[in-house]
Amino acid sequence: MRLSELANPSRFLRTANLAIPWLGGATAMVFAFAIYRAMLAPDDYQQGATVKIMFLHVPSAWLGMLCWGLMTIAALGTLVWRHPLADVAAKAAAPLGAAFTLLCLVTGSLWGRPEWGTYWVWDARLTSELILFLLYLGVIALWRTVEDASRAARAVAILTLVGAIDLPIIKFSVDWWNTLHQGASVFRLGGSTVDPTILIPLLLMAAAFTLLFVTLLLAAMRNEILRRRVRTLRLLQASATG
Amino acid sequence: MPATAHIGFIVAAYGAGVVVIVALITWVMFDYRLQRRILAELETTGVSRRSARDSAERTVSDGA
Repeated sequence: MRLSELANPSRFLRTANLAIPWLGGATAMVFAFAIYRAMLAPDDYQQGATVKIMFLHVPSAWLGMLCWGLMTIAALGTLVWRHPLADVAAKAAAPLGAAFTLLCLVTGSLWGRPEWGTYWVWDARLTSELILFLLYLGVIALWRTVEDASRAARAVAILTLVGAIDLPIIKFSVDWWNTLHQGASVFRLGGSTVDPTILIPLLLMAAAFTLLFVTLLLAAMRNEILRRRVRTLRLLQASATG
Repeated sequence: MPATAHIGFIVAAYGAGVVVIVALITWVMFDYRLQRRILAELETTGVSRRSARDSAERTVSDGA
């Protein structure tokens, strides 16, 4: 099946209904294996056992940014190609991105207290990540505030495109400014500096989080399509009785 | 540094992870059931989308 064929909401629903149980099962299995490997990982020579917080913090940070990246593509789909599922995907993705970004901030604070001696500092990486979280809240609020769905979709798409500026700022903040947050250590020129005993569980956790995100996104998109059908039927009912 | 020195922070981080993931799964499942229930209630009152009516009519005429 071509991707463009999924533009039909009914066809998307059929595909999602088939895929979600399999994806859910795969997510559970990969999570179980990843957590097992993460618990077996040795303590870091500097961080000690708190390195285990990284197995949650890093994947949730990646997903928070990946989700906004997907919403940016969806925003282009709404504004340029007028793809029927683009704003459905954007609306479904926003709460997921907000949740993963919040988890990144919380786990980062819980790691920062024993390692840096503070839960929070206003350095460039932490502040730009907080801005991403606030942008997610702004998008969710905009969806709820504007009653006309197509106007809301356009407004959200513009906000999403403007907010995408924050993604390279988050990524390169540790290079552009002098930050307390460490520099890139996994995806960097010259290869990862993380030992394989820690890198492999980290990548497994990232795979588990990504599978979870894809499963939840499909399920949330399915819910959004059903919600729009409910709205259509209520309008039909109101016009029939009015 | 002993392995248990910062165990409270590690447990709190994983607790936060569990809370966020369980909340997301619960929200998505609850919302799905809610929308399905509302759709079923609306359809029992005789309201249906034009595409659903067309599809049902095609099925009837194909079978006739």
